[in-house]
Amino acid sequence: MKILNAIIAGVAQGSMIALVSLGYTMVYGILKLINFAHSEVFMMGAFFGLFLTVGFGLDTSPMFAGVAGTLAAMVLAGLLGALVEKVAYAPLRARSGGRSNTNTRITPLVTALGMSVLLQNLAQLLFTARYRSYPQLLPIENARTIVFVVAVVVMIALQFLVYGTWFGKAMRAVSVNVEAARLMGIRTGRVISMTFVTGSMLAALGGILYCLSQSQVYPTMGVVIGTRSFVAAVIGGIGSIPGAVLGGVLIGVIGELTKLTPYSGLQDVIIFTVLIVVLLVRPSGLLGKAGIEKV
Amino acid sequence: MKIEHPNRPAPKAEAGTPLLTVDNLAVSYGGIKALKGISLNVNRGEIVAMIGANGAGKTTTLKTIARLLPISSGKINYDGRDLGPVSAESLVEYGVSLVPEGRGIFPNLTVRENLELGAWNHKSKSVIVETEMEVVRLFPRIGERVKQVAGTLSGGEQQMLAIARALMARPAMLLLDEPSLGIAPRLVADIFEAVARIAEAGTTILLVEQNTRLALKYSRRAYVLRTGEIAMSGNSKDLADNEEIKAAYLGG
Repeated sequence: MKILNAIIAGVAQGSMIALVSLGYTMVYGILKLINFAHSEVFMMGAFFGLFLTVGFGLDTSPMFAGVAGTLAAMVLAGLLGALVEKVAYAPLRARSGGRSNTNTRITPLVTALGMSVLLQNLAQLLFTARYRSYPQLLPIENARTIVFVVAVVVMIALQFLVYGTWFGKAMRAVSVNVEAARLMGIRTGRVISMTFVTGSMLAALGGILYCLSQSQVYPTMGVVIGTRSFVAAVIGGIGSIPGAVLGGVLIGVIGELTKLTPYSGLQDVIIFTVLIVVLLVRPSGLLGKAGIEKV
Repeated sequence: MKIEHPNRPAPKAEAGTPLLTVDNLAVSYGGIKALKGISLNVNRGEIVAMIGANGAGKTTTLKTIARLLPISSGKINYDGRDLGPVSAESLVEYGVSLVPEGRGIFPNLTVRENLELGAWNHKSKSVIVETEMEVVRLFPRIGERVKQVAGTLSGGEQQMLAIARALMARPAMLLLDEPSLGIAPRLVADIFEAVARIAEAGTTILLVEQNTRLALKYSRRAYVLRTGEIAMSGNSKDLADNEEIKAAYLGG
């Protein structure tokens, strides 16, 4: 029974991680870039959620404040994600002029690390480094169910966005051949921006759901959860949307099961061990496409 | 192929007058002068071929017209409008579509999704359905495979898909880059027959082709490119009988 409970909790926790993983995997799919700043967008999203939920009037109607605050925070985080892309990555792409060599891969990667540090420090400057408690909108036993249901609904919506809309088709086209996509008349810059917006909105939602069950917000929260989400995306097969979901759930369940043992402190050790084993057996991740990448 | 574009008027140029004019076009990239001032024109309704050896600048010319490469000097004029400041993304709205060398299909998408993306510039449901029917009549093999993932098609089928996808935009002018490259001879004939039918229906075609014999057979006029310059031009029939062309490109 204990194990069953842990698995249920793990799936809920994991679906939250998966929401963040999706942002990593979508951006990688389209740009072959690991957007390290994504974990900080997650953290910023949680802060936006906190301030906006309080701002919308927590005392008068907590339900409205929670929903409106979450939606507004998602919009803000989406804008932040698009801004990061515009300011940091788009100019590098323009300079490489579509050519691909080692530098066009390494430079954006280092820039992404830089953006991550920048945003984290900016958060400490703006919000101070102290831990803030997140308003407890839901009774803790319901929080898990809500987190799980919201995550599943959002993932179904994302599936529709990617496979059922013009934008999704354009996104998948840009991810394999930017030049051919331009010849179709697709504004590739806009598609890339929208991918960042979508991923960032999901990250903000993940951040707020995380806070609903953990109830604390702080500027370095992106490091722990961001890393786990990134590992989830890699385990599932980076670039694969179902892979990110699978990886997220797997990590969530592993985390909760570890808590049953006396070694709960070793959660991340186990997660990384799983990562290494998966990569040894399937280098492209569980659901990733094996194959030689054409450059 | 009779359906007009849903929201773009037909070209102003009359049949037999220049639709595309390239004037003294020079292009360099990577420090190499790929084109050293070439001039050519394509009249409305014609198939015009560009032939020449590897590296003569044929693909560069098409890519520059399609606005994928920057112009160093010279002018490109399409139906009375300067294409210089136009971006590759908006060219399709002018009515010009490039079928790139190597086909450039989206292998992870289905054949139908590839076709739908070709209609990105109008996204009109009814025009998509109609054009798909036209395109399937032209390439029955594509019709049999609409639900298949495009990456599983053979090379020849992928080339057909690439042309079909370009037609989905309802272009007035088609730029074709090496449609016979790496394709089984039997399918090459099918593809060129389809190109001829596309032209008969009124779409103007500028064709780049290394297979000189085919290019001269199917085109009305041709330009011979040599190291970034136009070495010769004229009626395709005359060029096919030209001793110099025979020796250099037709294997004697």
